[in-house]
Amino acid sequence: MWTWFHKLASPPHFYRIAGLVTPWFAWPALVLILVGLYGGLVLAPVDYQQGEGFRIFYVHVPSAIMSMFVYSTMAISAGIGLIWRMKLAHAVAAASAPIGAWFTACALATGSLWGKPMWGTWWEWDARLTSELILLFLYLGFIALRSSIEDPQRADRAGAVLALVGVINLPIIHYSVVWWNSLHQGSTMFNPGAMAINMKWPALAMLLGFMLYFGAVLFVRLRAEVIRRERNATWLRQELAQ
Amino acid sequence: MNLSDFFYMGGYAAYLWPSYGLVLSVLIYNVWSARRAHREARRAAARRLQMEETRS
Repeated sequence: MWTWFHKLASPPHFYRIAGLVTPWFAWPALVLILVGLYGGLVLAPVDYQQGEGFRIFYVHVPSAIMSMFVYSTMAISAGIGLIWRMKLAHAVAAASAPIGAWFTACALATGSLWGKPMWGTWWEWDARLTSELILLFLYLGFIALRSSIEDPQRADRAGAVLALVGVINLPIIHYSVVWWNSLHQGSTMFNPGAMAINMKWPALAMLLGFMLYFGAVLFVRLRAEVIRRERNATWLRQELAQ
Repeated sequence: MNLSDFFYMGGYAAYLWPSYGLVLSVLIYNVWSARRAHREARRAAARRLQMEETRS
């Protein structure tokens, strides 16, 4: 098991495996997202309170869940990198950050576009909205901090500490609608019975699609990271010669 | 439901279509930018190896 793990984490091996598995994530992701779009825009019934406007749900909620899921991935790998000094784990954290930042930006923007017709405002300094905005700043801070430090190992460590401190924000985002009197509605995705199955399945397809999509993009970014960090010229020369 | 009803989205078109458009553009952009990062890392590594060769 350990030898297998070490072999997998060796750069040439990982580079090759990542290239092989990427399409297995990318194509199912594409299919699921298309199915989710069709289900969400066409098949799902109209909401009795919010009419057709509720269909923003199918891009907003999966984006918002991903913004937190990617942050968890980033923080866990940053932690593994710090504790076991594993370069590949730091690479995962570095490669996740831009993807997560974009999901967060999507969650905020689609939330704003949903809030305007439903609440009558684009933005409110409400607990849920503010903590999600802080999540975006955490991602951007992580990216800026890493790029401001020349030495890759120090950049890895400093970034990891920031990522781990930022974990405090995740439960705040999740429970903000419970702890504070929020304008934002409570969770419907994970609240059994809050949503009929014919309304819910497109969102689940979309979410699963986004997760596989994240995996595919992450692997491509990781391959770039592995090459950038590699100093052992032999395998790299062979690889680039192909 | 006809096509113009579909695009009208019960009056929410101005909010709904930008939401979908934005998210789909971001999804496409992320794929493009990751692939570009990979290509550029390969190119930079090739340059680096070539410089080391000419030096030695």
